[in-house]
Amino acid sequence: MDDTLPAALAIDLDAAFERLVRSHQDRLYSIALRVLGDPRDAEEVTQDALVRAYRAIAGYEPRRIRELQLRPWLAAILINLCRNKTRKHRPALVPLDTTDAAAESQRTPPQLRSGDPRGSPHEAALRRDGARHWAGLLATLPDRYRTPVVLRHVDGLSYDEMATVLGRPEGTLKAQVHRGLAQLRVAAEQATRPDREEMTA
Amino acid sequence: MNAQTVTLSEVEAALAALAVPAPAALAPSTLTAVGLADEYAVLATPIGGVHVAWNGLGVSTLDRVPDDATFEARFGTAIGRPLRRVDAVPERLARAIERRLAGDRRVRLPLDLRGRRPFEQAVWLKALEIPRGEVRPYGWIAAEIGRPRAVRAVGTALAHNPVPLVVPCHRVVRSDGLLGNYSLGGPAVKREILAAEGLDPDELERLARAGIRYFGSDTTRIYCLPTCRHARRVTDHHRQMFRSARASEAAGYRACKVCRPGSAARAA
Repeated sequence: MDDTLPAALAIDLDAAFERLVRSHQDRLYSIALRVLGDPRDAEEVTQDALVRAYRAIAGYEPRRIRELQLRPWLAAILINLCRNKTRKHRPALVPLDTTDAAAESQRTPPQLRSGDPRGSPHEAALRRDGARHWAGLLATLPDRYRTPVVLRHVDGLSYDEMATVLGRPEGTLKAQVHRGLAQLRVAAEQATRPDREEMTA
Repeated sequence: MNAQTVTLSEVEAALAALAVPAPAALAPSTLTAVGLADEYAVLATPIGGVHVAWNGLGVSTLDRVPDDATFEARFGTAIGRPLRRVDAVPERLARAIERRLAGDRRVRLPLDLRGRRPFEQAVWLKALEIPRGEVRPYGWIAAEIGRPRAVRAVGTALAHNPVPLVVPCHRVVRSDGLLGNYSLGGPAVKREILAAEGLDPDELERLARAGIRYFGSDTTRIYCLPTCRHARRVTDHHRQMFRSARASEAAGYRACKVCRPGSAARAA
């Protein structure tokens, strides 16, 4: 990560802001996409978060800008906007993307999906477990698990940073991530059950 | 048969692989939204296609040029921010510009005039007050912004108007009543636009050559600039013509509070 960025922003926000956008847009978009599930919503929320960050920094004293922890600070802005978005979207519990993925997995025979039908079951599972598949599983998690799981394992924030982003104690977050991962693992195992494959074959 | 085993580290690896690159348009449109870059497109108007540039703060440039390259070169010289061609002016912005060109001054149409001198901004904002179908002399603007001696500087500022048509510098004419020059294609275009807005440019210039500067009504005993909507309401029978504000006052007329003809007279 770019440690000189806050200092550069403090000196000349307009000159340094593009660097902020380029160095954080992928991670912020990834968080938004995996929390919200919809690419268009994710793009909108990410842009909105970056614009809000720009306006906030424009009003800060240089010292406050130099001390910014950009990774958790930007994530916090983004997560708040994601919350507003999901609140407006109720009761859409499962994003469209998931239903697409589910529909596709029912249409496509497993051999075609896995590429090499003669590989070991383990390799086949890894190949099949592509991004769409896992995004679909992630979307089935309740919000209170999904958001911490995404921040920890898609974005790689520390629990310390997550505590400031989400305003929850580290212990709570560890437990929520743990339960989220356990639930994903069970869901992933169920998805590989042979009877399910026979049904779809 | 049993389900296959999935380990926690496989789950973690799969999640880490869910990071994706942001869409290519995200960075440029974010920079545009905060006003660090602009987008542009061509907009159809009554005088043909014009190039329009804008960002999150407002419309920054409007120009009538033969091609994109000319527009980009001029924008680069005048403003210098990154500039990106897009397919069309966004629907809402296009509608706002169309309504403004049609004479609706209430429509919300933010302008990005950052980096311009306060004097220039004052001139452009004052020009925005001139209604469609009317004109005001350069000296009127100078007096109205409290710089009655800066008539020539008003002309220069209007020549540098970054958003002609939107800021209607075509409605500002020479203090002797002749139409004067126009940044968006010369006097002929100015004449054409004013005619399209409901004025009779030939009649205006005929009056100017005859030395007529003000119209008065002998019923209200109020005098106006000739294109003021209150002057245009007066029937031929009741219209009095004056060569100067002093002559109007001497005849017992008072100045219209809408077009404020005294401002035109005060300027040096």
